[in-house]
Amino acid sequence: MGGGPVTVPAAASVTLAAPSLFSWRRVYALVLRHVYLLRGSWARLAEMIYWPLLNVVIWGFFSQFFAGHSDWVARASGVLLGAVMLWDVLFRSNLGVALSFLEEMWSRNLGHLSVSPLRPIELVVAMLIMSLIRSVLGLAPAILLAIPLYHYSLFSLGPPLLLFLFNLMVTGWAVGLAVAALVLRYGLGAESLAWVLVLGIAPLCGIYYPLSALPDWLQAVAWFLPPSHIFEGMRTVMFDHVFPLQEMVIGLLENAIAMLAAGAVFLRVYHVARVKGLFLSMGE
Amino acid sequence: MTDYAIQVDHLVKRYGEVLAVDDISFTVPSGSTTALLGGNGAGKTTTLSMLLGILLPSSGQICVLGEDMLTHRHRVLPRVNFSSPYVDLPHRLTVRENLMVYAHLYAIARPAERIAQVARQFDLGDLLMRPAGKLSSGQKTRVALAKALLNEPELLMLDEPTASLDPDTADWVRSSFQDYQRRTGATLLLASHNMTEVERLCDDVLIMKKGKIVDHGAPQLLIDRYGRNTMEEVFLDIARDRQWVAAQ
Repeated sequence: MGGGPVTVPAAASVTLAAPSLFSWRRVYALVLRHVYLLRGSWARLAEMIYWPLLNVVIWGFFSQFFAGHSDWVARASGVLLGAVMLWDVLFRSNLGVALSFLEEMWSRNLGHLSVSPLRPIELVVAMLIMSLIRSVLGLAPAILLAIPLYHYSLFSLGPPLLLFLFNLMVTGWAVGLAVAALVLRYGLGAESLAWVLVLGIAPLCGIYYPLSALPDWLQAVAWFLPPSHIFEGMRTVMFDHVFPLQEMVIGLLENAIAMLAAGAVFLRVYHVARVKGLFLSMGE
Repeated sequence: MTDYAIQVDHLVKRYGEVLAVDDISFTVPSGSTTALLGGNGAGKTTTLSMLLGILLPSSGQICVLGEDMLTHRHRVLPRVNFSSPYVDLPHRLTVRENLMVYAHLYAIARPAERIAQVARQFDLGDLLMRPAGKLSSGQKTRVALAKALLNEPELLMLDEPTASLDPDTADWVRSSFQDYQRRTGATLLLASHNMTEVERLCDDVLIMKKGKIVDHGAPQLLIDRYGRNTMEEVFLDIARDRQWVAAQ
């Protein structure tokens, strides 16, 4: 090293903002951290875009084939492709939250963050914003590619699309927060939940088929899942050209409950982590 | 009246049947440098973690910079910072990006200016654009130190600050602490195994064993009390339960 540190006359040179209950600047700091990460890692960006693109390509050909062999698909071209894209919105928004949290654990940065002024609620908000950014970056190429490739535009769903997207993102956020809570509580051994937990509800959500295809008792369960209302709503718009008001209201209410529950679970586990010293022993 | 940066009263941390910290009380005067000394498993890191608020005590009170750490942690954290070789900064971010993120987290008014200042102070100019994961141990320590001093903390807590550093770099790091304290009057609390470091830097030493504070005092006072020549000998006396023999 040689010579020792350079003395800089820095006394009283640092101006800090007054402590606040919630700070958008701290949220921005954490979002910035993940934007830096994505900007510096082409592999992460490519992976984000690759899977949705591959999904759309496969299901696009599948839809084209079925359009000639199935009345149901022929009646509303794009019903399968639309479902694939909307499901990916849910899947990617879940992954966006969970991966943002996992990145902190993988880089062993959670210790620094938890002794910084960052509050848990700000961590949650930053993860949701990152999920939005990741989902847009990952899905936009796939959605846009489907237009010239299969002559299907997700935007043909019209204004209800905004409600579909919002609802599915909220469901994804809720599942992602639950995953983050489980990983915080049980360590990186539980990281695969980021990919598999959300798949557990897929068969019940009626993504590719109407809920009437399920046994009666399973339909009763499925109606408690917010995405079921969204996919039923999507088919109502495509087949009947009617705005599914009731489905949307129920979906929104169920999502509000799911999001509040997931947020509460995450904050509770964050507290438990402070009791059990989990921030000191991050790992498998 | 003495002004205390840290006041700890009957602090206990229990994990099930294991008593990690066993009813300790101590104070750290403002502007002093105090060491938590002890062998592995003595309870130093557990105590430090409770002082930082990332670990909740089973019982007891912690007052940091005049605030109750259990109820007003977020009022204190902007005025405190922490460094440990066992907690990393994100490897893929460059040094500058890491410092920028933490400058925003600590709500520093002019982050770019402050980063330039700490970069000058810790000779990071050539490292700013390099990923944090590609630095040597010594370089990482300098970056961690720059991060820890970004907000110019009134209280700096350090967990084994010179672990795994070569003697030259370790000496440089100690000089940085002394320089920082001289300029700002900050309080330093460090957990350490390094007796040379403790003798050189600290005004006061709290010696922990099995979760308890078994002795405390200025390094020279402890050396005299145990009739030894160095803190290392004092440490060994205590670690091997020879303190009474030595004291007699």
